[in-house]
Amino acid sequence: MGDRAILVELGDEINPSVNAKVRELFLKLDRESIEGVKELVPGYRSVMVVYDPLVVVPASLQETVTRLHREAKGSSLPEPKTLEVPVVYGGRFGPDLPWVASFHGIPPEEVVRYHTQPLYHVYMIGFTPGFPYLGEVPKAIETPRRETPRTAVPRGSVAIAQKQTGIYPVQSPGGWHILGWTPLKLFDATKWPPTPIEIGDCVRFLSIQEEEIGNWEP
Amino acid sequence: MGTIATLEVLEPGPLTTVQDMGRYGFGRYGVPPSGALDAYALRTANLLVGNSEGEAVLEITLMGLKVRALTGCVVAAGGGDLRPVINEGAVETWRSYVMHRDDILHFKAPKTGCRAYLAVGGGIVSQPVLGSKSTNLSSGFGGHEGRPLRKGDVLFSDSPEDFLNRGGRTLPLEWIPVYRKDWALKVLFGPQDCDFPEESKDVLLASPFGVSPHSDRTGIRLSGLPILRKQGTGESIISEGVVPGTIQIPGDAQPIIILSETITGGYRKIATVISADLPLLGQIKPGDQIRFRQVTLVDALKALEEMEGRVRMLRERLSGISP
Repeated sequence: MGDRAILVELGDEINPSVNAKVRELFLKLDRESIEGVKELVPGYRSVMVVYDPLVVVPASLQETVTRLHREAKGSSLPEPKTLEVPVVYGGRFGPDLPWVASFHGIPPEEVVRYHTQPLYHVYMIGFTPGFPYLGEVPKAIETPRRETPRTAVPRGSVAIAQKQTGIYPVQSPGGWHILGWTPLKLFDATKWPPTPIEIGDCVRFLSIQEEEIGNWEP
Repeated sequence: MGTIATLEVLEPGPLTTVQDMGRYGFGRYGVPPSGALDAYALRTANLLVGNSEGEAVLEITLMGLKVRALTGCVVAAGGGDLRPVINEGAVETWRSYVMHRDDILHFKAPKTGCRAYLAVGGGIVSQPVLGSKSTNLSSGFGGHEGRPLRKGDVLFSDSPEDFLNRGGRTLPLEWIPVYRKDWALKVLFGPQDCDFPEESKDVLLASPFGVSPHSDRTGIRLSGLPILRKQGTGESIISEGVVPGTIQIPGDAQPIIILSETITGGYRKIATVISADLPLLGQIKPGDQIRFRQVTLVDALKALEEMEGRVRMLRERLSGISP
């Protein structure tokens, strides 16, 4: 990628084993703290290594990364944390729940039941600070993106698109279908770490009533 | 002595933010680099006023910032010429000036470029958040209370009186970048250029692209001939990291040059603007025209070393003539 980033591609699909390879390499590179490397961005299927070309020669960095990739293979990964995320589904909190339900020809409660079923894997964090890309959504509620993206999705919105589900940590534009809302804060720049979950962790959604929101607010 | 109120914002203009060299190391949490889009202007303006080159400065977009000096201080603007005046008398970009208490500095209108960088001797005091004083606009942290400047804001500097002998210093003429309305940007192809047929790469290199008004600190949106993908490739890809300068081709086949407020993207990346040309991206404005030129990695690194050499020489030159 230009003269200051290397993109290491470890597969071409969304699945946990490709993502485990990403995590292996990412953690290895992070531990080694290579001189001249400014940033590591783990994705679903790739790791982006941003470097300062005035500090490290691109060709030699590429060699180092290749060597570390070899060494990282099969290394043990830390146990994932599981974060329970309370969600108020439907109504003003989840304006797209009725549409998604009718798209699949099932009642809204069924959509909620499906959405709260899996233990989701955190594939990556991106888009905006703290936005977790989670998968996979049960087949029965896989839904294409909205035809027209919203210019402002409220902070805390829980949404789905295709096999993915995610949580908007700040108000931002967005093209996913909003099923509900969580009072949990997914990003706080003044805390360390700034997000409660990282790549490789797990998330389970928990359906709560509007009256219960107060029990969860920080 | 100590931290002193130096500037009061009388008018903020459309978008003025506190920026430094950016925020690195938190991409794993989805945190983009932010930072001055034109880092060359930031670094040289800081050197002119006697700061260390990475100090926080004000990034002024297009026009409008009007500030009043609350105490004697030295200032320098680098980057775009936004027709700055002190007490209605025209002043030069790339030159440091002493402002006296109650002097008013106003950036009136863009003459060349898009963004000016105002450095103040003693810096713009701000608590670093995640290692940087840059403003993250999407999540509202860093810089001045995590937001663009507003009327009435007061900015502080560290011992500004220590810098008052740094007035009247200039950047050598030959180091002042020339900002045009038709830009030539150097690129390296990749990492997903193989998803585009040769004809599309030819279009990217051969035809001009207009800069859309829907451009901001996240990206420069271009319009021109479509950059079509190979048949059978999907519109989007699995999301992954991007760097400033990445040229993404979304579904409408119109390129977007990624800037500093995002760290991931879900479209194919045909090419990347070289590091030495990144500062120029901060000076491109809606209505301008861009052409891309392919270079080799060797050329790219040589250009970067040249730019770095100029900053180094300026640093040495200025440290030689001031106490």
